[in-house]
Amino acid sequence: MQTTLISGAITRKLRRLAPQLAALFAILALITAISPGFLSVTVQNGRLYGSLIDVLVRAAPVALLTIGMTLVIATRGIDLSIGAVIAICGAVAASLVADGYPLVAVLVAVTAVGLVCGLWNAVLVAFLDIQPIIATLILMVAGRGIAQLITEGVILTFNNDDFAVIGSGALGGIPVPVLLWLAAGLLVGLLVRRTALGFLIEATGINRRAAMLAGVQARFLLIFVYAVSGVMAALAGLIITADIRGADANNAGLWLELDAILAVVIGGTSLNGGRFSITASLIGALIIQSINTGILVSGFPPEFNLIIKASIIIVVLTLQSPALGFIAGFFRPPGAGQPIGTASGEHRAADKAGTTRTDRTATSLSTGERAS
Amino acid sequence: MSSQSPLLEARNIGKSFLGIAALDGVDFTLQRGEIHALLGENGAGKSTLIKILTGVYRRDRGSIQLEGSEILPETVADAQALGIGTVYQEVNLLENLTVAENLYLGRQPRRFGLLDRKAMTAGAKTLLSRYGLDIDVNALLSSYSVAVRQIVAIARAVDLSGKVLILDEPTASLDGHEVEMLFTVLRQLKAEGLGIVIITHFLAQVYAVADRATVLRNGRLVGSRVLEGLPRMDLISMMLGRELLEIENDHAADHAVTTPAGDAPIRFEQYGRRGSVAPFDLSIRPGEVVGIAGLLGSGRSETAFLMFGIDRADSGQALIDGKPVQLSSPQAAIANGFGFCPEERKTDGIIGEFSVAENIALALQARDGWARPMSAKKQRALAQEFIRSLDIRPPDPDRPIKFLSGGNQQKAILARWLVTEPRLLILDEPTRGIDIGAHAEILKMIEKLCREGMALVVISSELEELTAVAHRVIVLSDRAHVAELKGADVTADNIMRAIATPATTEAA
Amino acid sequence: MRQVLATIAVAFTLSLASSVSAQSLTVGFSQIGSESGWRAAETTVTKQEAEKRGITLKFADAQQKQENQIKAVRGFIAQGVDAILIAPVVATGWDAVLKEAKEEKIPVILLDRQIDAPDSLYLTAVTSDQVHEGKVAGDWLVKDVGAKDCKVVELQGTTGSSPAINRKKGFEEAIASHANIKIVRSQTGDFTRTKGKEVMESFIKAEGGGKGICAVYAHNDDMAVGAIQAIKEAGLKPGTDIKVVSIDAVPDIFKAMAAGEANATVELTPNMAGPAFEILATYLKDKKEPKKWVQTESKLYTAKDDPMKVYEAKKGLGY
Repeated sequence: MQTTLISGAITRKLRRLAPQLAALFAILALITAISPGFLSVTVQNGRLYGSLIDVLVRAAPVALLTIGMTLVIATRGIDLSIGAVIAICGAVAASLVADGYPLVAVLVAVTAVGLVCGLWNAVLVAFLDIQPIIATLILMVAGRGIAQLITEGVILTFNNDDFAVIGSGALGGIPVPVLLWLAAGLLVGLLVRRTALGFLIEATGINRRAAMLAGVQARFLLIFVYAVSGVMAALAGLIITADIRGADANNAGLWLELDAILAVVIGGTSLNGGRFSITASLIGALIIQSINTGILVSGFPPEFNLIIKASIIIVVLTLQSPALGFIAGFFRPPGAGQPIGTASGEHRAADKAGTTRTDRTATSLSTGERAS
Repeated sequence: MSSQSPLLEARNIGKSFLGIAALDGVDFTLQRGEIHALLGENGAGKSTLIKILTGVYRRDRGSIQLEGSEILPETVADAQALGIGTVYQEVNLLENLTVAENLYLGRQPRRFGLLDRKAMTAGAKTLLSRYGLDIDVNALLSSYSVAVRQIVAIARAVDLSGKVLILDEPTASLDGHEVEMLFTVLRQLKAEGLGIVIITHFLAQVYAVADRATVLRNGRLVGSRVLEGLPRMDLISMMLGRELLEIENDHAADHAVTTPAGDAPIRFEQYGRRGSVAPFDLSIRPGEVVGIAGLLGSGRSETAFLMFGIDRADSGQALIDGKPVQLSSPQAAIANGFGFCPEERKTDGIIGEFSVAENIALALQARDGWARPMSAKKQRALAQEFIRSLDIRPPDPDRPIKFLSGGNQQKAILARWLVTEPRLLILDEPTRGIDIGAHAEILKMIEKLCREGMALVVISSELEELTAVAHRVIVLSDRAHVAELKGADVTADNIMRAIATPATTEAA
Repeated sequence: MRQVLATIAVAFTLSLASSVSAQSLTVGFSQIGSESGWRAAETTVTKQEAEKRGITLKFADAQQKQENQIKAVRGFIAQGVDAILIAPVVATGWDAVLKEAKEEKIPVILLDRQIDAPDSLYLTAVTSDQVHEGKVAGDWLVKDVGAKDCKVVELQGTTGSSPAINRKKGFEEAIASHANIKIVRSQTGDFTRTKGKEVMESFIKAEGGGKGICAVYAHNDDMAVGAIQAIKEAGLKPGTDIKVVSIDAVPDIFKAMAAGEANATVELTPNMAGPAFEILATYLKDKKEPKKWVQTESKLYTAKDDPMKVYEAKKGLGY
């Protein structure tokens, strides 16, 4: 009984993630077809090494941002400031490290700065009732200026191998940035799903007034999600700064908020708020980074970068659209939902096969939603 | 022939949404040179009828004749071209354009293909002078008062349409002087032969300006009367309904209310909020249903908002078991054992994409706090229990609540509060927009809860409903509690009399 | 703060001096802003060069807006300055304000960028030649590798930007006649360290762990610094296993050079004002129109040039 319940939950979860997983596998298959060896992972200097690992490492900033952004969007909000918060946190980190503060102090201080940035947004949204897009735009615009004040307009560099570990070190062979986003995703995921936070956030996102009339403390939830978003931006800022051993106030985190929003959308969380899945958003972040890294190893001229990226994302989003799922539903035998994991490896070479798969899983998503 | 037929005649109009009838066989006749009030409570079908006349909705059946010829307006522009213009409560003009631009929006005078600003200014001036309005037409609309904007909107509508003018709650945000200014304009248009339909819930204004009133209730026509000489009581009884009075109130008399008011565990003393409800006294005992009656806009829902902490009171105090409490938010009210089923189920009640089980669990989970999550298993178990006891259909706890009918949604919201085991449950229009079967079930449920010792406040515009379930009825008029009826005095007649009485003073 | 005080002090002495000597000049300088380290250095150097010559410099920061620049130039004209320096933020829209300056007989010198306006409207433009910069970098590589085969990966600037296009062109011209040098991969690193590092990582993976790559050519030093880290993390030695050549000559690349991790950089000098002041002085003296384009030197720096010393010299310029 217990086990069937649990396996039922896992099936539901897989069904929810199926379109994202299918898209990810299809993209990885496509890249491998163009540049063989993309999937090969070796151990070099005691750490995992390969393009696939690069995807996981380079996805770290957007993945972290996505965790916070998913929660913010679930409340029907949006956080445009996180790119700028990265710049601020990076600048703070670099200047503290350069001044010789101990690593722990730097980490605590930077996280606190991110938290303060998040709380600032939260106050504007929750207490002054400013629309999230406007409220966070303020920090988005001002943040880079603040960061530049801290770095005094230069790329603030430092030489501290301990701190650099956050960006380019490895623990047990696994790069630290990967561990960081996995841990943050797991922690926040458990926090919202093992408590009632996720449930209450979803209720607030779907109908804030009704939730408040049912006694939900919407303000507290808003403070929570924007605070998480700020802290995640701080972690992303640490990684980016440690990675290049310097804080570039002009460029650090530039436009990453848009990638984070895109990852959430690819993950299937509606911009209208409500139901969310952090896991799906993280897969969305991996999809975006796979495309980025795939373009780099493919050898196409850079003039095509944005076109390729846009085309793939349009395809992914189209395949996920409920309208298409509805149409595909006509061609799908009833009850033919199949677990997705088994077939992923088989269709590596064929783009077309990947497309059909995504098709069907999109259908099972929409029926799954209706059923639950 | 056309001089004999009425200006506008609608016959047997029917319209359903998702199988629920919003209008059922309604007739409506408007004469030339007549101001005709369209009356009814929320959900009576007034706005559906208006939208059918103005081309927003298409009727399912029935006929509409304008000056004797059949019309079927497909869009608002269609209706306008036919001669039917509308002015909504939220004035449908563009505030960041000038008065003249608003008047000529979409049909600006042109010369050599260019905007002829001079002609537009002159035209606008002439147009407005007919309404006694001499203002700078090249100033932004937003620089004028709501009353002026209202008249500009009317001028535009009349200029575009010219036969029938429909006004939806035109006086809602006007002060006394502005209302008079508007009425002067309406009387002038009437003298010019226009037919005017006005929707308002201020009865005094109905008597002040209208010639005739048509009353709708629950999507049906109640009747159409000449207002001159019509007793206010009769009009109110048409609006609130009394055909069902045979379902006599049986238990208001049964329970003799014995405890003196001072001992009631839940008391509001001189509780009020400026601009919302005048300070009132109210005490509620366990096992008692207190009804709240009054016309739309009388302060019924506002009373509930104050009691539940949605609006903050700025006078008086609330006492529970003799101790003063701060009801500063819904959370505070819930912490004191209150529950509230709002009137606007869609916007204030349900979490649409959530399942029935999640909707039922919401209030209890919110009260327990985020750190004490309810398992999905417990959510479902709770839901199963209430699906059974309230007969929620379909009996599927996992179905998103938005796919349920209104009555079943209402039951689920009721269940949401019942799981919190409240000591006071406030129900605002608990039977609005739900089918007859569910209607009876909900009334039965109210009686059962009451027997079990819960205190209930029921707000309703259905007088038979109130007299059937309430032990006491508080009557509101003009945002003040004006009467309290007890025991055998709880009758529809008495309630209507209480509603009607202060209206005479209001007119003065 | 100290700098501000110094400037005030200088201005004070200068204003005293101007009452004594008729030779002393007042020049207005409309700077774009301080969007990059190089830009900040240009501002610093311009102030230094003015100070050196006893010129009173009126400085206006346009914060990336042409309207601010035009306002500033009009202000300079109203104040009756002797000459105006403009680092134009965009190429178009200058005709009107330049005509106003010409009517007042105030010579205008463009710094660092050209504009789309009749060249009669300004005295001259002092800029670097971006194609030449790329060529200097390419020539260095050609000389350095000699006859050996060399696979080059290229880190381009922001796609479509003129330095990216021109620096690529110059480099390709330099290696065109040398079949042993080939660009095998070329991607944009957006002129940033982060992207430079990310792109270099992917190049190393795509080229068999980087063993086949002989050199990386980066359109700016920041991307080169990112690439150096990527090379190190891949277990290779930058400067030895993979040569690093880039453009700009910002201080940080000299640190890398001193550590043997970078091989060569081509200077985009922040000193555009020095030549401009020289031209101005000559023009005011003999009223002879100078050439319409004065090209600054694109100096090549390698490990032989005592990189640490250059670093120390450049450090204080605001890069």
